[in-house]
Amino acid sequence: MSILLDADTTFIVQGITGREAVNLTRECLDYGKGAKIVGGVTPGRKGREVHGVPVYDTVAQVIDSHGGPIDGSVVTVPPAFTKDAVFEALENDVKLVVIVTERIPRRDVAEMVELAGLRGARIIGPNCLGIIVPEVIKMGGIGGPARDAAKAYSPGPVGVISRSGGMTTEMSSTLTAAGLGQSTAVSIGGDAIIGSTYAELMPLFEADEQTEAIVIYSEPGGRMEAELARWVTENESRLPIVAFMAGRFMDEMPGMSFGHAGTIVEGKEDTASEKIERLAAAGITVAEEISEIPALIAERLGSPSPA
Amino acid sequence: MRKDGIFIGIEVDDALAGDAEAVARLEEACPVDIYAQTERGGLEIVAENIDECVLCRLCLDATPQGGVRVLKLYDHEAALA
Amino acid sequence: MRFFEYEAREIVKRAGIPVTDFGFARTAAEAREIAERIGGPTVIKSQVLTGGRMKAGGVKFAEGPEEAEGHAATILELQINGHVPRGVLVDPRAEVKQEYYAGVVWDGIREQPVMLFSDMGGIDIEEVAATHPDHVGRGHFSNLVSVSDFQAKQVIAQTGVTGSALTRITPILARLARLFSERDMTLAEINPLGETGDAKFVALDAHMEMENEARPRQRALLSELGVGDEETRQAREPTEFELAGEAVDAQDHRGVAGNVTEFDGDLGLVIGAGGGSLTLFDAVRKYGGRPANYCEIGGNPSVAKACGLAKLVLTKPGVDKIAVMMSIVSNTRVDIVARGVIKACLELDMDPAEKIAIFRIPGAWEEEGFKILDHYGVDYADRRVSLHEAARRAVEKIQGAAASEGDGADAPRVDGRTSGEVTEV
Repeated sequence: MSILLDADTTFIVQGITGREAVNLTRECLDYGKGAKIVGGVTPGRKGREVHGVPVYDTVAQVIDSHGGPIDGSVVTVPPAFTKDAVFEALENDVKLVVIVTERIPRRDVAEMVELAGLRGARIIGPNCLGIIVPEVIKMGGIGGPARDAAKAYSPGPVGVISRSGGMTTEMSSTLTAAGLGQSTAVSIGGDAIIGSTYAELMPLFEADEQTEAIVIYSEPGGRMEAELARWVTENESRLPIVAFMAGRFMDEMPGMSFGHAGTIVEGKEDTASEKIERLAAAGITVAEEISEIPALIAERLGSPSPA
Repeated sequence: MRKDGIFIGIEVDDALAGDAEAVARLEEACPVDIYAQTERGGLEIVAENIDECVLCRLCLDATPQGGVRVLKLYDHEAALA
Repeated sequence: MRFFEYEAREIVKRAGIPVTDFGFARTAAEAREIAERIGGPTVIKSQVLTGGRMKAGGVKFAEGPEEAEGHAATILELQINGHVPRGVLVDPRAEVKQEYYAGVVWDGIREQPVMLFSDMGGIDIEEVAATHPDHVGRGHFSNLVSVSDFQAKQVIAQTGVTGSALTRITPILARLARLFSERDMTLAEINPLGETGDAKFVALDAHMEMENEARPRQRALLSELGVGDEETRQAREPTEFELAGEAVDAQDHRGVAGNVTEFDGDLGLVIGAGGGSLTLFDAVRKYGGRPANYCEIGGNPSVAKACGLAKLVLTKPGVDKIAVMMSIVSNTRVDIVARGVIKACLELDMDPAEKIAIFRIPGAWEEEGFKILDHYGVDYADRRVSLHEAARRAVEKIQGAAASEGDGADAPRVDGRTSGEVTEV
């Protein structure tokens, strides 16, 4: 199986007429078994089509025309309008919202995440590329055009969680080349506050029979690695985890932000070296290089080292 | 007429380059503004934009077969088909 | 972005929190005028965006206007951690009975702001939390419902504060919490919050940081405070090289290329995207390389932009070669970046095959990109070569070049490292 998505997942694209959204829609329709994108929303553009997907003014209109609830939404509207778009999705009972937009102020993100919690919904992102279940479905720009995504992702036992969209593909491609496929890969976003952290996704992977190991990509800034370490310790997870930590050089440059907005080191607990220690103390293997990950996974799975 | 950048060459059939309607279509089609219409309706190939060509074929689709040739100068002048 | 103390105090004041009758002066003469207005002993404080003012001599006490002017003149000349002061703050010296701490920060895991309070003010709150945890009160508050006074009261009461102090501090902490939300702060601190001899509570110092992403919608406040759009307020001021990078990035709206950070090495980096750049920068240093810069390409930039970035890096003094590397791309196109970096070399009359140590960008349009690289004889690698291996090859090449030049008289040396030797940094 997979987490969050399967072949039957229906979703919409909010902001579907934007340049990036048009590409993303094409990619999702083409990938795997073909995403069930039941509609798009751009206010004032009702009646248009994007790659055959009908465009509406409101989320409620899409639900009306679909004739029932919709599972998810990919939100790719400018930062000033994102909160409103996400609230619209949540108040129309959409339970999985992938926010692609970057540079959204933290307060807005926190409001969306809090409302999602009240509505029993889940947010992935912001500033993320979405979710992919290899050869089945992708929701978001993750992996790029279907042809490129097919080169990097293959089905298998490894769950991937990454704060960097590009590195989700880099790590998955490395696993694929070594014969280790992925159950689901999730780009969780690079901001300081995000809808779903490692620790919040772990129970889903834990409950997924296909998943036998986890690979994470992490960065300086924030406490979500510490949160993961605590979760693993407290829950006696069955899943071995291999982590890769980028941005070690930032330890020497407090107050500077590189890579993603969330990387700014604001406390003593969120430097790369501190995180590496915490992860290791929780029994998580920290890889020095991406290329070491397949062998470390194979070792933790107890199978012979992959080619 | 033909104009080359470093990586891309653009060749437009002279008859087409003089056809104001065809030139307007080219100008409209190209996402990186390689084609522009002069005041008298003729074609200008904008030198500084030639290398921005994204090989999208939209200019080929907008004009009759063979009217426009996009050449990859780094690949033995292979024409975009 | 961080505010100067005089700005932070102004923000606090606007939120209805009592402050002293302070003034901000850019010259010693102005400082004297403020001291005359205050008419008593004053404190003269350097206005710099860095810590350790007291230790560095950036805070001085004056008995009267004349001394205030003298101290101001000294402090205005004093650089602290390389920062030239913006001016000085002239503060009436208050009789303080007790100092408290009031602050609000984000809790990224709870995804909510948290109020912090301590009856041990004037020192670092993290230190108090470590040594006297029972003197620190904490309370999260909702993003969706405006904070209520009772929530602030609960936080203060945790420290054992009661009586009129509790009732008088409650609205101050609640207002600070509201200001934190309304003004998109990432940190809002009053430390110390002083209880004066006449049982009044007043902010004696304030520290505010606003989220960069929120600057557009806080423009009205920022312009009233006189904070210009061009003030980045980063941990350090941008260098000329970095400003030139911003200009490259601003030339068109297609993608990102140019947001560089300057370092002093010899290997120019044209790298991306967010996570890929962090990984590659670490990798170059792991193999003993000395990067000349950090940068991030992303979002499918134009050829012109990639070219502009490569030119900027290639012409940076001390740069010998560039390494063009990214994690697998799905939006940015391999062929477009290849054209950009090769064009940069050609326009600078440089040989791409010699100047580009390695090109490792697999992904979208790679077949087309590799044809271009083949044509110009540039050394490239596909996805089978890892990010670290690509970085190692780049470092090996530049060290090889430096070593052979090193046979001459005063060519740069590379610390006696042999190529390929792994050096932990």
